[in-house]
Amino acid sequence: MGENGKNMVLEMRDIDKTFPGVHALDHCSFDLLEGEIHALIGENGAGKSTLVKIMTGIHSDYTGEYRLFGKAVHFKTIKEAQENGISIVHQELNMMNDLTVAQNIFIGRESKGFFCNDREINKKTEKLIADFDIGVKATDLIKNLTVGKCQMVEIARAMSYDATKVLILDEPTAALSEAEAEDLFEKMEQLRAHGVSIIFISHRLEEIKRVADRVTVMRDGQYIDTLNAKTCDVQDIVRLMVGREVIEEPKAKSNVAPDAPVVLEAKNLNAPKVKDVSFVLRQGEILGFAGLVGAGRTETMRLIYGADPMDSGEVLVKGKAITVHHSMDAIANGIGYLSEDRKRFGLVLGLPITDNTVLSSYDNPELHNGIFVNEKRCEEISVEYAGKLKTKTPSVRQLVKNLSGGNQQKVVIAKWLLRDCDVLIFDEPTRGIDIGARAEIYALMDSLVKEGKSIIMVSSDMTEVLKMSDRIVVMCEGHKTGELDIAEATQDKIMTLATKYIGE
Amino acid sequence: MDKKENGGFMAYLKGDGLQKIIAVGCLVVLYIFFSIFGNHFLTTDTLVSILDSSYYIGFLAIGMTFVVITGGIDLSCGTVMVGSALIGGVAYNVWHVPVALSIIIVLISAILFGLCSGLLVGKLGLPPFIATLGMQFISLGICSVIAKVQTQTWPSLTSEDGWFKRVIYKNNGFPVGAVWLVIFFVIGWILLNKTILGRYTYAMGSNEEAVELSGIKTSNWKVIVYVVNGFFVGLAGIIYAATYSTITPQTGGGQEMYAIAACVIGGTSLAGGIGTLSGTILGVFVISVLKTGLLSMGLPVQWQQVLIGVVVLLAVLVDVIRANKSRKT
Repeated sequence: MGENGKNMVLEMRDIDKTFPGVHALDHCSFDLLEGEIHALIGENGAGKSTLVKIMTGIHSDYTGEYRLFGKAVHFKTIKEAQENGISIVHQELNMMNDLTVAQNIFIGRESKGFFCNDREINKKTEKLIADFDIGVKATDLIKNLTVGKCQMVEIARAMSYDATKVLILDEPTAALSEAEAEDLFEKMEQLRAHGVSIIFISHRLEEIKRVADRVTVMRDGQYIDTLNAKTCDVQDIVRLMVGREVIEEPKAKSNVAPDAPVVLEAKNLNAPKVKDVSFVLRQGEILGFAGLVGAGRTETMRLIYGADPMDSGEVLVKGKAITVHHSMDAIANGIGYLSEDRKRFGLVLGLPITDNTVLSSYDNPELHNGIFVNEKRCEEISVEYAGKLKTKTPSVRQLVKNLSGGNQQKVVIAKWLLRDCDVLIFDEPTRGIDIGARAEIYALMDSLVKEGKSIIMVSSDMTEVLKMSDRIVVMCEGHKTGELDIAEATQDKIMTLATKYIGE
Repeated sequence: MDKKENGGFMAYLKGDGLQKIIAVGCLVVLYIFFSIFGNHFLTTDTLVSILDSSYYIGFLAIGMTFVVITGGIDLSCGTVMVGSALIGGVAYNVWHVPVALSIIIVLISAILFGLCSGLLVGKLGLPPFIATLGMQFISLGICSVIAKVQTQTWPSLTSEDGWFKRVIYKNNGFPVGAVWLVIFFVIGWILLNKTILGRYTYAMGSNEEAVELSGIKTSNWKVIVYVVNGFFVGLAGIIYAATYSTITPQTGGGQEMYAIAACVIGGTSLAGGIGTLSGTILGVFVISVLKTGLLSMGLPVQWQQVLIGVVVLLAVLVDVIRANKSRKT
């Protein structure tokens, strides 16, 4: 029996796990009550993922005590864990894009024999879809669904195991828009009402306050504390997580004079997912782009950056019209783009910091002698920028894939600063970056604008938009639906604008 | 995988239907072209010889389709096909094994080679390109050693054991091989579309990690896929022996490229996850028609190679253009 007479569903005591060179879990503990939503929080590398991987049988090589429904267990495979009632939805959605919804949900359970019974799994899937109200068809291909729908399908898959009594959601909202996240929270409440216990991993504190009953904080592989999520103070959680105070207050007023010189102007941009979008960016300004996922913000940025062709429209840099047919043109005009998907579009993961830093600057005469790369100068410059941006790394020879998300982001920033970009477009600058490193990225952005650079920041994180922006452009379904000065902006106003066209 | 079920014909076109339609179109255009410009192209004899030249590539390509859909490739199937036919020939000529058993030996040899590739890829985690490249050389060498580098001759049509040619290849001008091809095409289709083996084949090619995390041992299933491929390569070896009778050691390399070309023309993605057997068979016939047609025009063999190359490039180009378009809209 646990607190309030509720049954203890899952209990972990003294769990210890070491990877070569890393003590991932240091005598860690955790417990879960029946019908509870229990948030698990901690910076990247705190050991949350390792802990849930032990729960679900992905890691079986650990010491310590693990009890499920009062019975000591030690799962060796994912299947064993699933059969014993514990399922997980991974952060990186693990789906087979070329297969249908039903085929994904029932992968590994097509039939008892050798032949698949698609009709039967389609029928079961339609029932699941109806239960969860997902709004897809069993025969839809996964590659044609939005991220939000995929997430729901994954949850449906986890719940399709009759045994499932414990559901683990690993950062389920990371790629969701606010509306989709709301939908997810409703589903979580629904499941809880059916007696399912949920472990909810998230970096977003306001979400945790909203949906969780209790919250357990981890740091450096250790259990720190468990708090009542409803009554605890957000600042307490943050302090426990990072071991110091972090302030996430909205910006009170713009730091930029309303008549500051315009560095970038977009006039009537049009493309398949961009409808007549115009805006200006002033020097030293952080211009926030808010909206739901799929509102056309990234698409707009890709037009300015020359990554996609525009149907019509004009881009002016410092009052002069420029033609952007290719990212080369944008870069030549001092525009740098930091993609929301750093790993795919921003970095060459298998190369060291040095090569990544100088990647788009090899034409700089300082960096080459004839056709030979000036390795020494490249290294010096990389060291200089790593120091300036406080990139945490043993050496600039370190491969980028071994850096944390925050430090990877700094390498991308260094790349564009070296390229002398005056306009930096940050697309979801802190996605997948933990709170401590997030504060550093914010400080970096602030110091960049103080130096006279200008920033466009696309973000789906409302807190981030309100904290960083001087001015906010809101988009919805390809249209610009409004523009707010930070002094007058509120979450409600932004949300209203962000949903303006829906339903028309 | 019923595509017609949701979205009708246009959705089918936007899916992988377009490439198949182009393959059919290509086939029709080539056929008409050769009918006009070839000598005696529009005859039953020519049709039969088109079928004849499609058998072993057909079997190779069916096996290859499985492997390619998992995201792999088999560079060894050409040498394994000829090599196992060679071993079967040794069994018949040197060990004096009955011809029926020799055929089984061909099949078993190819399956064993498939198993080796499968273990290398599935259990040891070698990239399929490297694993099967190694197996290409190994099969080429081992089979030649077993044959003591002697050419092996399978029984001729008129000899006592010649019945096997009639059962497998051709009986009084009737293309029996085509019947076998159809039968094993259907078996392959059922395997790929109606069984869990097929489901995992697509699933692994689509996202292997997801399959692994679903509690499925992908390493085992990969081995099975390569064994299935080996089985089809064995069938190719049998029909190759029945068609050509004389098997020369140290040959067979290069045939795998025809099989890969057939898959690609038929819309199978080398990145894995996408592909159909019907497309592959279309690809096989495009290649056969090209081979036979150019011969009937009296053009040297080298032109076949040029044109097959062009068709492969066109087929993939169409796919690339379509993918680019759908990305932008």
